[in-house]
Amino acid sequence: MEYGLDLEYSFNEFLKGFGLSSEIAHIIWLPLPMLLVLVAAVVGVLVTVWLERKISAAAQQRIGPEYAGALGVLQPIADGLKLLVKEDIIPAKADGILFTAGPILVLVPVILSWLVVPFGQNLLISNVGIGIFLWIALSSIQPIGLLMSGYASNNKYSLLGGLRAAAQSISYEIPLALSVLAIVLMTNSLSTIDIVNQQSSAGILSWNIWRQPVGFIVFWICALAECERLPFDLPEAEEELVAGYQTEYAGMKFALFYLGSYINLILSALLVSILYLGGWGFPIPVELIANLLKLPINSPLIQVFTASIGIVMTVLKAYLLVFIAILLRWTTPRVRIDQLLDLGWKFLLPISLANLLITAGLKLAFPQFFGG
Amino acid sequence: MSIAITTQFICFIVLSLIVLIGAVGVVLLESIVYSAFLLGGVFMSVAGLYLLLNASFVAAAQVLVYVGAVNVLIIFAIMLVNKKEDLKPINDIKSRRIISTSICLTLLSLLIRVDLTNVWSLSNPQNSIREESTIRIGEHLFSDYLLPFEVASVLLLMAMIGAIVLARRDVMSKDISTGLPVDQELIEKSPEPLLTNKN
Repeated sequence: MEYGLDLEYSFNEFLKGFGLSSEIAHIIWLPLPMLLVLVAAVVGVLVTVWLERKISAAAQQRIGPEYAGALGVLQPIADGLKLLVKEDIIPAKADGILFTAGPILVLVPVILSWLVVPFGQNLLISNVGIGIFLWIALSSIQPIGLLMSGYASNNKYSLLGGLRAAAQSISYEIPLALSVLAIVLMTNSLSTIDIVNQQSSAGILSWNIWRQPVGFIVFWICALAECERLPFDLPEAEEELVAGYQTEYAGMKFALFYLGSYINLILSALLVSILYLGGWGFPIPVELIANLLKLPINSPLIQVFTASIGIVMTVLKAYLLVFIAILLRWTTPRVRIDQLLDLGWKFLLPISLANLLITAGLKLAFPQFFGG
Repeated sequence: MSIAITTQFICFIVLSLIVLIGAVGVVLLESIVYSAFLLGGVFMSVAGLYLLLNASFVAAAQVLVYVGAVNVLIIFAIMLVNKKEDLKPINDIKSRRIISTSICLTLLSLLIRVDLTNVWSLSNPQNSIREESTIRIGEHLFSDYLLPFEVASVLLLMAMIGAIVLARRDVMSKDISTGLPVDQELIEKSPEPLLTNKN
């Protein structure tokens, strides 16, 4: 699959034109995609916060933010600035070091996971071989940060919130990993690029959602639970725990939790679109359109067009899922802790195990449809 | 030295220092909570060392199992039972410390001797397996290491059943701690009546 724009190669060639060695060119290249993805993630959070405010307002028949910019689009920036200039408080009896390290440990793994999110054939930071497994491994670090901030706050609500967060995260990680495993079984690879390419043969018909409908639903429920979104926001249940592990936090440290949860939501939506909805693939294969229009697939114009379509499709699918998540948050009630654990261990775990077994069986029976 | 090798060397030094200092901290720190969190840091740095050795699958598995499961459970357990109580002073603490230090030092010198005398056959880094390592691990787990793999799962099952038996009193007719017959109706009921001297 040696087609598609390779920006890294062209950039390095461009720098070599100035007489730089390939190593220096590589070092100059390295921070660029990282910065770009970081900016994309933060802008994505701003958009999601605005969407959340507007959609929740619509769900409750309010107007929502209106005065900051047209339709209140500047409201999330105002929110961010407010958090930025607020006083940074560490409670007197809290544990200062752990209190500061907690939010960082929550945010960093989430941002690191963006390493494997592809927006096109060559449009990702690094096509590491373990791909999707890296995300599963990194997301398991988060509960330590939550436990840490819950403990360090020296507050019973915080501690309970942290413990709940860890319990929830551990229970839902297993069905999540099992449903990813079914996809990996069909792809024969852990790499996110391979997972998308495997779904690109026949446009919308070859997306994994048709072959893994159960896996799709299990993955989506587990992703929502991992993001601590309603109906699974028990760790910060306002009515019982004030705000869970966030209770004692203010200013920028609170902003880190806030950023972390929204970046995690967008990341989960992106991963659902990559694993089940064909990633950057257009519902009709681009090659088919190019052939119909009698255009060569490797011409620069078509390449640029394909790449932009890819980014637009990935973001569009992800935001469609974010929209569903927001609607769910403002329309469903919260589950109880025992219901949550029952759902995770007694329902999702057996179902995802069965799904894995059936996928393996179908792969043996119909290798042409389920990746031989 | 090329830039890549220098970066690798710096990473190796930093990771090794974190592992060593962190491990010493886990043992010597007074606060058990700090020790538990430091243990997580040590596990993470070991995963970093695996990454430097091109074993990315092992590194991710290390993070998932040791940091994500083992360490979280340790911290969980500490936070559920973390009672503030003054421990009784041990009278012969000095001799105990000397004995344990000498045992540890002997073990360390033994390990160093093994490291120095053994001839390590290092494969050529050019033909290392890199990204294929995931596939190789899978092949080994399903062929020559199948029995150890399955036995390990049986071990985990035994541990889990043991934990369930200890945690749930209703699977046994007698309470383990008090020896009294267990009330099968209500698992959560306290063995002693709670409100005896209510007036």
